[in-house]
Formats: sequence, C-alpha cells, structure tokens
Amino acid sequence: MATAPAAAMEEKESAEDGKVAEIEKRIREAFEVFDRESNKTVDARDIGCIVRSLGCFPSEAELRELLAKLVEEVEDEEATRFIHMEKFLPVMTKVLLDRSYWPIREDVLLHAFEALDENKCGYITKEDLVKYLTEEGEPFTEEEMEEMLSIALDPETDTLHYRDYLSKLVVDETKIFPFHV
Amino acid sequence: MGSGSSVNVDYKYSLQKSENAFKAAVLIQQWYRRYVARLEMRRRCTWRIFQSIEYACEQDQIKLHNFFSYLMEQFTPSSSKERDFISRMFISGESYKEAELEKYCDYESIEVPDSYTGPHLSFPLLPDHATALLEAFKQKQQLHARYVLNLLHETRKHLKQLPNISHVSTCYSEEVTVCGDLHGQLDDLFLIFYKNGLPSPSKSYVFNGDFVDRGKQSLEVLIILFTFLLIYPKEVHLNRGNHEDHMVNLRYGFTKEVMQKYKVHGKKILRMFQNVFCWLPLATLIDQKVLILHGGISDTTDLDMLEKIQRDKFISVLRMKKRKESNRKVEMRDINGESKSEADAAGNEAAPRLSLQPQPAQAPSTANRLEFSRWIRQTVQEQIDTCRRLVDISESEPEELTYSSTVSLKYGDEPCQPHQEEWQQILDILWSDPMPQEGCRANKVRGGGCYFGPDVTEKILEKYNLQFLIRSHECKQEGYEFCHRRKVLTIFSASNYYEIGSNRGAYVKLGPDLVPHFVQYQANKSAHMLTMTQRISRVEESAFRALREKLFAHTSALISAFKAYDEDNTGRITLSNWATAVESVLRLGLPWRMLRPQLVRSTEDGMLEYKSWLDDLAMEQRSQEHIQSSLLEVIYRNRSNLETIFRIIDKDHSGLISFEEFQQTWKLFSSHMNIELTDDGINDLVRSIDFNKDGNIDFNEFLEAFRLVRQCQA
Repeated sequence: MATAPAAAMEEKESAEDGKVAEIEKRIREAFEVFDRESNKTVDARDIGCIVRSLGCFPSEAELRELLAKLVEEVEDEEATRFIHMEKFLPVMTKVLLDRSYWPIREDVLLHAFEALDENKCGYITKEDLVKYLTEEGEPFTEEEMEEMLSIALDPETDTLHYRDYLSKLVVDETKIFPFHV
Repeated sequence: MGSGSSVNVDYKYSLQKSENAFKAAVLIQQWYRRYVARLEMRRRCTWRIFQSIEYACEQDQIKLHNFFSYLMEQFTPSSSKERDFISRMFISGESYKEAELEKYCDYESIEVPDSYTGPHLSFPLLPDHATALLEAFKQKQQLHARYVLNLLHETRKHLKQLPNISHVSTCYSEEVTVCGDLHGQLDDLFLIFYKNGLPSPSKSYVFNGDFVDRGKQSLEVLIILFTFLLIYPKEVHLNRGNHEDHMVNLRYGFTKEVMQKYKVHGKKILRMFQNVFCWLPLATLIDQKVLILHGGISDTTDLDMLEKIQRDKFISVLRMKKRKESNRKVEMRDINGESKSEADAAGNEAAPRLSLQPQPAQAPSTANRLEFSRWIRQTVQEQIDTCRRLVDISESEPEELTYSSTVSLKYGDEPCQPHQEEWQQILDILWSDPMPQEGCRANKVRGGGCYFGPDVTEKILEKYNLQFLIRSHECKQEGYEFCHRRKVLTIFSASNYYEIGSNRGAYVKLGPDLVPHFVQYQANKSAHMLTMTQRISRVEESAFRALREKLFAHTSALISAFKAYDEDNTGRITLSNWATAVESVLRLGLPWRMLRPQLVRSTEDGMLEYKSWLDDLAMEQRSQEHIQSSLLEVIYRNRSNLETIFRIIDKDHSGLISFEEFQQTWKLFSSHMNIELTDDGINDLVRSIDFNKDGNIDFNEFLEAFRLVRQCQA
C-alpha cells in the first residue's frame, strides 16, 4: 500500500496525464480540420492558424521560430512544405503546457490602443491606424488592414473607438475561447 | 551628445514614444491575427458541420431505399393486402410505354384560359420563347401546365435521339462553358447567363446534373434548360445528376415543389419528368479529351459499356427493378412489366456496400403483425450475416472492404448479370466522390457509388486517352476545386448552398487549348456587403442550429452514453468525456472540442450537468408536452424518412393516406428504424391528429402538428 505522499504524487501524476491526454486530443482535432488530404499532414502555412485557434497569441517572429523547429529549411521559398502530425504534436503539447504565447489580456490591449491615441481622445483616426499598423511592428498586409478596418471602424466618422470595440470583442472572445485551463 | 538637456529629453521622449508605438502595433497585430485565425477555424468547422449533416442525410435516404428493395426481393407476403401494399411502393416510377405515356400525360386537352398572362410556347421553339420565359420567371410568373407538359414531351423526344455520352467539339463554338450543380437556384442561373451570355450558336454550355432539389425554383431552372436545349440542340448539353431521380426528388423537395405549383396537373408533370430524367445523357466528352460526368468514376467504370446501356431503363438508380425467380414463390409478375431473370445474388448487391446495420426491433403486440416484424428482423439480420460471410469480414471492420472485391465476391461462380453491371456503372458515375488516398472503396457516407483515388483516375485517363475529368456533386467553398494532381476538377454552381455566405458558385470555360478558366460569383448581393466576420457568424449560426437539432434528436442515446461516464450518478461528466460520448452517438466525425464552446455554456470546473444541458436543447426545439418525449424524439430524428415513406405510399400525391395504410407504414418503418412502439403508442399518435374525415390522414397536418415541417421548406 502506498504511503500518503506517494499516493498524492500518483494522483497528481495521473491528473497530469489526464491533462496531457486532453491537450493532445485538442491538438489533434485542430490539426485534422486543416488536414485536407486526411493523411496527417498540413500545409506549413496553416500552422499559424492552428496554433492560434488553440488559444495562443504568437507574434509572427515567434511563429517563424516554431516553424523552424518543425520543418527543415528549404531553399525555394515558394515550395509547399508539409508538417506531419507526429512532429507537431509533441512540440505543440509543450507550447500549451508551458503556456508560451499566452493570450493578450484586455487591459494590455487597451494600453496598446491608448499608446497610439496621441491626444488621448478615446479614438484613433483611420489614417493613423493605417499608418501604425502597416508601417510599424509586424506590418499588416493590405488585405489584413482592409478587413480590420471593416470590422473596427465606425463608418460614419472613420474612427476607431477602441474602448467600445474592445468590450464587444471581449464578449466574443470569452464566448469562443477554446483553451480551457 | 547634444547641447541642451531639453533637446535630450525631447529626443528620448520621442524615441520612447516610437518604441511604444512599435510595441503597441505589434500587440494589436498579434491580437488581430489571432482573431482572424479563430475565424478561419470557425469557418472550416462550420463547413464540416454542414457537410457531415448533409451526407448523413443522404446516407439515410439510400439506406431506406435499399431496405425497400431488399424487402421487395425477399418478402413473402402473408396476405394479398400486404403484398399489394409493398408492391405499390415500387409501381411508381415504372417506365411507361410510349402510347401509355402520351395518353396519361396528354396536354392537348388542357386549355389555356384567356386570363392566363404568362408566356405562351409554340413548337418548334425559338430564341424569343426563351427570352420570354426568362423575363416571365424574373417577374415570378408561372408557365401554364399545358406548356410545361408540351415542353417535356418535346424534350423527351429530343433526348431519346441522343447517345449516352454526348460529344462536344471546341472547334465549332470555340469555347465551352461547363456548369455544375444548380439545385433549383434560379438566381444563380440568371447570374451565369448575365456574366457569360445566353446559350447561342457561338456559346456552348454543358450543365452537369443536379438541376433540382433543395432550392425552391427547380421547375424554372429545368424549364429554362430544356427550352435552350431544344432551341440550340448542338450547343446545349445536359448530363444526368443523382438528383435527376424520382426517389431522391421525393425527399429533397422537387416533388413537393411541383405539387405546390401545379395543383391540378402536378401528377402528370411529375410523371413526365421521371420519363425525361431517365433519358438525360450520362456524360459528355469534349474533344475526346475531357470527360464530364456528375459524380465520378470507379475502378470498374467502362465507357464502352456505358455507351451501350439502355439508359432509360434506370428511372431511379436507387432501386433495382427486379423479379425474383426462386422457390420462394414471390408473385410479383404483375408489378414489373417485363420479366427479367436476375440472379438471386444480385439482389443482395446493395446491402454489404452500405453500413446498413438494422438492429432488432421490438415486435408489436398483435399476432400477424408480430410475425411480420419478427420475420423482417430475422431475414434482414440473416441477410447481413450472409453478405458478411460472403465477403469474409468481421463486424468491426466494414471500412476495409474494397469496392471491386465486393462486387466480384458477391457473384461467386455465377456469371455477371448484365443488368446488374449496367446499374452499377450508372450508380458509380452519378454518386461517386474522389478521395486523396489511392484505391477504390464503397462510399459509405453517401451510401451509393464509391470513393475513388488518384490511381483510379490515372487509369481511366490513360485507358481512354483523356486529359482530365470534370465532375460536380460536391459543394466547394470557392465554387471549384482541383484534386488528384489537377486531373479531377469539381465544379459547383449553386452559390450560398448551405446558407447565405457559405460558398461561391463557379463555372469553367474551356477553349481549344482545354485550359480551364474560372468565373466565380455569389448570387446574394447582401453577402458581398457583409464583412468576413458577419458572413461567418451567419453561416455558423445556421450550422449550429442544425447541429443542436441533431443532438436533440438523439437525446436518449446521449443520456445513456453520458451515464456510462457517470458511474457515481452525480449527473455530471467532464467536458472531455462529453466530447467522446457525443461523437460515439452522432458519428459525424466533427471536432467536438473545437465546437464545444458554441454548444455548451462554459463551466467553471470543467464539468457538465448533462441532464440540464439536454433540457436546454429540448426547450430550444419547442417540443409539445402531451406527447411522450422519447416518441417525439424518434419522430423528429426520422422525420425526413417518415416524410419520404409517406410520400411513397401516397401515390397520387394527394396528401392523404388511409388510417390503415398509416398503421402498416408505421410498422414497416419502426421495424427498420429500431423504434419501440406499442399499439397504444400508435393510437396515441393518431389521436393527436385531427383526422375526423373518413379515415384519412392528412399527413402534412400530422407532421405540422409535431412542427416537423420547417417553415423554410414551406
């Protein structure tokens, strides 16, 4: 018969195992949605989508780092690279267990918008928004910028009232945030 | 370095500011990209939901019909009444002899009143007639029944002259436009004509089947297509699709649409359609290089055989016309006009290729009905076992079965019966789907045709010296999609097929170089104006509604599955077990953990109170209280099957069946669908319907009473 601390350890271990098993199931599900040919591989370009829909918020740079672990460097940039589930699973499991690329909290995002709001008037103009997001940071493509504007901008004033926008988003996020800790 | 400290401060301040701006931008971009990724995932999940539900539905359909054919094969009627009852199900859809058809579907005696303001047709048709029709349909007018019937007669005459495989050449009209499924979506057809131009001597079209069902204007689509077919016979080509089949139409809306629009002459019109559909060519070949057919191919597809088949013999591909010659003394001679001697083994053909797994039904209590049900149960089970033995598979691995091995094993030493093979050929080209893996296996999802791999494609292309295949049959997000290393092209022309914003439609143009050029579109203007977010939300809502309905319909099975994880009877299970249990019951192959947040309110401790969750689902479905919940659930789950069976019984499409017929139908239905229902149960059911008119049940009212007829189908 196990002594008390050992039993507790065992219990903790099996709880850990259970957690890992659940995480793995989730990763497989997300992966399979992008597995077009049902052969346990996905296009490397879809990795960003998979990682993000599992609840992570990596930057582009962090994604590139992650990809480097999964796929060998190939000379031809245009060639399609594939990532196999077997490689992806352990790497992604670690990411989730380590809580890398942790979500950006609402207040942090608010501060980010405030930082761009020079005059502290509660909104950012379309021109400023476009300028910052297509020139600074990890710049948006034209498409990304357009789509964001269509969601975020108040069409009458062509400005983004970020507080309102954020509170709308938060509701959406908590409704659909899949990563249940 | 610098002069004054204030400059330094300014410099530092602006440096910090730009650093902050940079960091802020990164955060916002990071967050936004994550948001978009989430949307993309949701979009794909939604797509999966729709597809899995759609195909599960089709599988039901085929299961049902194969069950009936099976009955037809094996049934030893214990009374002439029962025999008549069953045989009636199969009489509809018989191919009429020419004279009978003319007489029954006569149109000349139909007068067109002066009050009729719609278009008038005279034959031979001219381009002006087509324009008049297009205009009329835009104005929501209806073509008079006389003209519809006339048109159908002429169309049939024309189609009869055509070979099974149409040949088109690009040298005459330079470019050929190929369109995929239209499914009664007239707006899409208008859009195609608007963007691409009407058919004409310099504009060839191939329409690749599935003109009807699901959409609300199947009639108009057909009328327009047939009109252009007659005006420009060299330039317009139609292929048959799996929905150009009267059995499928019973379920998916075309039959209903015709009866609603033509209350007096609907039956005639439907009869004529049956006899026109069966004459539609099976495939089209462009420049001998590009093969166009509706579904796909199998590893046994034989174009030479296909060219020789008498295609009009196959009014419905879902049901084999058979006459059994055996010592079982089935007297079905009167039913099937011609006597064909078919092998006994052929009748079993359908069963092993499907995941037909009838479970033993509870027998009703009265004596002869008891025997009847028992007998059915027994023989169906025996049948399955026999088939399994024939192909030597264990119960757990039906997927291992390869397609052609099924076919060959079944016949054993008997020579292949030609009629059987021909039917197989047609079924395959109308119902098959491509798959990424090599090989060829039975299409269990659809229940008919097969999945064919790139190697099968390669073989066919090589054998007949073709460049690529064009097929339809599957909805694609962008309206078209290549697979098998660009050797197979799927083209789908019904936009917003599942829901507004769900997908684009497309058509493809081929010139003499046979290089495909695509044009995409989306019929609903408002879909353009929605942002990506809004479009996805809308479609998603629709998908989840359908999914919750399906969940509700399986309440009892779900409770059992959940209980298995709740040994201590706490009423709660983990969310993880929820996902596993739901998949084991519904078997839709969906990513339940991804979908969970939209189906289950989030809980703090990761545990779900399943009974109250199911109650919430039920409330959403607004069930009626006075009917037992399990009965309601059963009906709900099977309503489209029920409706289909009722329509088959109600041969004259009047919407009325007698009480007796209803009871008999229910018995058959319950024995097949694994429903426990005592006689009392049936009586309760019947009592809840107001059928005080001479023993007839208006089954539309019946279904309505259970809110089974959805508003959107009205």
